[in-house]
Amino acid sequence: MTTVSKPARSRLDPEPIPRRDMLGLAALWAAGSALVLAVLGMARLPKAAVVSSPSKRFTVMLPDSLQPGQAFLPSGRSVAVFRDQEGTWAVSTICTHLGCIVRSTPAGFECPCHGSSFAPDGTVVRGPAPRALSWLKVSAAGEKLVIDEGTVVPPGTKVQV
Amino acid sequence: MSGKISSQTGLLEMWDNLRAVPRRIVDSAFRSGKPNTDRTRSTFIFGNLFLHLHSVRVHRWSLRWTTTFGLGIVCGAAFLITLVTGILLMFYYKPYPDVAYESIKDIHFIVPTGRFIRNIHRWAANIMVVAVILHMARTFYTAAYRKPREFNWLIGMGLLVITLALSFTGYLLPWDQLAYWAITIGANIAQSPREVTDALGITERFDPGEWMRLMLLGSDVVGPVALIRFYLMHVMILPLALTALMGVHFWRIRKDGGLTRPVNADQKLSPPGGDTYPVFSEAPARTYQIAAIVKGRTSQVGNGPENTVPSMPHLFYAELGLLMLTAFLCLAFSVVWDAPLKEIANPAVPENPAKAPWYYLGLQEMVSFSAFMGGFGIPAIVLIGLGLIPFVEREESGTGEWFGGPGGWPLARNSALFGLSAAIVVEAVAIRFGWIREWFPDAPQLLITFVNPGTVLTLVYASYSVWLIRRFQSTRAGAVGLFTCFLCGFVVLTIIGAYFRGPNWVFYWSPAEWPGH
Repeated sequence: MTTVSKPARSRLDPEPIPRRDMLGLAALWAAGSALVLAVLGMARLPKAAVVSSPSKRFTVMLPDSLQPGQAFLPSGRSVAVFRDQEGTWAVSTICTHLGCIVRSTPAGFECPCHGSSFAPDGTVVRGPAPRALSWLKVSAAGEKLVIDEGTVVPPGTKVQV
Repeated sequence: MSGKISSQTGLLEMWDNLRAVPRRIVDSAFRSGKPNTDRTRSTFIFGNLFLHLHSVRVHRWSLRWTTTFGLGIVCGAAFLITLVTGILLMFYYKPYPDVAYESIKDIHFIVPTGRFIRNIHRWAANIMVVAVILHMARTFYTAAYRKPREFNWLIGMGLLVITLALSFTGYLLPWDQLAYWAITIGANIAQSPREVTDALGITERFDPGEWMRLMLLGSDVVGPVALIRFYLMHVMILPLALTALMGVHFWRIRKDGGLTRPVNADQKLSPPGGDTYPVFSEAPARTYQIAAIVKGRTSQVGNGPENTVPSMPHLFYAELGLLMLTAFLCLAFSVVWDAPLKEIANPAVPENPAKAPWYYLGLQEMVSFSAFMGGFGIPAIVLIGLGLIPFVEREESGTGEWFGGPGGWPLARNSALFGLSAAIVVEAVAIRFGWIREWFPDAPQLLITFVNPGTVLTLVYASYSVWLIRRFQSTRAGAVGLFTCFLCGFVVLTIIGAYFRGPNWVFYWSPAEWPGH
């Protein structure tokens, strides 16, 4: 199958597109963009407008016997609560590396998954963790404490209760 | 009168036809008669939707055991087994947290054959991962990715990724401790680009990590939404994608001219046995229209398709044998080893150590240095590198031969030694002396992310490869070096992750030394 090529015209003076080709091209582009838009529309589905997640605020009552430097670990929550003369504070026990739950030790925190360890104030001492453990918002509600796992406060923020 | 007679003959005819129904159904299924001669077998193959992925005749080189070790077929066979057993498991599995765990327990303890089926599913999945990796290595070392098979190599990369993704998504479904923490870690690896965006201080505006994690989990916790997502991907999206790509992969083998063989394959083969005979008593003087549509230099002019045997039965027997072998291995392993099921998932207490499935332990080892580079950067570099091989390495010598090309087997062996020792040395330094953060506690995070044992090892391997290219004046030599090194690095890291890492990911010579807890 051989075709005889016509002499090329200049780029500034292109060959006129026949109407049929023009309509065909337009239809093709319309179909193409409709498909692309449909896919983009569908791609919105996996991200819900409201993400379902368990409540991050909870109340807790610290035992009177809690010593300074000793961690109180509310059950079912990934938080360690501390108290000393200056006040009360809460540190998230979710490792900033890959989300394992760190264990509270006298020297601070240790992650069981990849060996990161943290000082008592949450700063990284060892291992791959990229950030310090977050300090969480603590507020008083009568005799109890309200801890909000969803709100991070600057490290060192202690609350007098 | 006449009407009565004709109605009787009509009935008789119908009776005869009824009796002939089974035979005629069978006859009508075969478009060209039963496949009992070479000719009808050929028409049977290309008239059959499923069989026509095969060519009608197959070169004797392709059937040699050492050409492929049957690894590609083993991958397919293992997939078939996971498909069948997976569908059976779906009869009882319920994808909802806690309920999922109970349903796996039901499968394990009260469903007849349930435990066995689950074991087979798990072993077939493991065999599939091993076979896919070995199959890739075979393709690489016989230089079978070269023109015109570059695209099939890319398809193969897709199949590798999907196979690993299938294993990973299947891992969450039992909703036990093993599953929950492996997925938590996996989802946080998806989030790990934050390590870089945080260090650059742009996470507020640009946070691809969180987006990926959200896509994967559908929520900010590993919960019901995440389980449904993983389930859907595991039983629907990924198997469909795998099946489609597998179809293309097989089809391309045929369209790219069958399996690669050396140019002198015909001389290397022993004379054909008594059961093979020339197809053409005279080589065709010219091929007709075919020459217009078939690319390449082998328009079979003056060269009949000799040294080939009919695919049916020779190739089919080989395939059936491999399917049976794979099934046998799965059954045998399943009798001896049960698929693991730990306690029900507990979001408050991670396993210690929390280990991923074995084929991800190399990744986990790298992740223990930096989540982003180990879980994201280096795998991406490796995948891109693998994909580029057939487009960068355009040489011709050694195609179809094991360890073909400059350097040959000694090069592969030396590269293996180099790759193993480099990985062991780098790991030993990191284990014995720690790394940057232990030396300079205030080192910036970007330094820790980008300069860690994983990236150093990658760089060492890359430089070795460049050195080989210069030394042998051959890209193939560099590719052999790099590929071998990465295989060795994968093996070393996986073994360290599997056997030498204990609680808190601390190095121990044996699990006997693990502290009790």
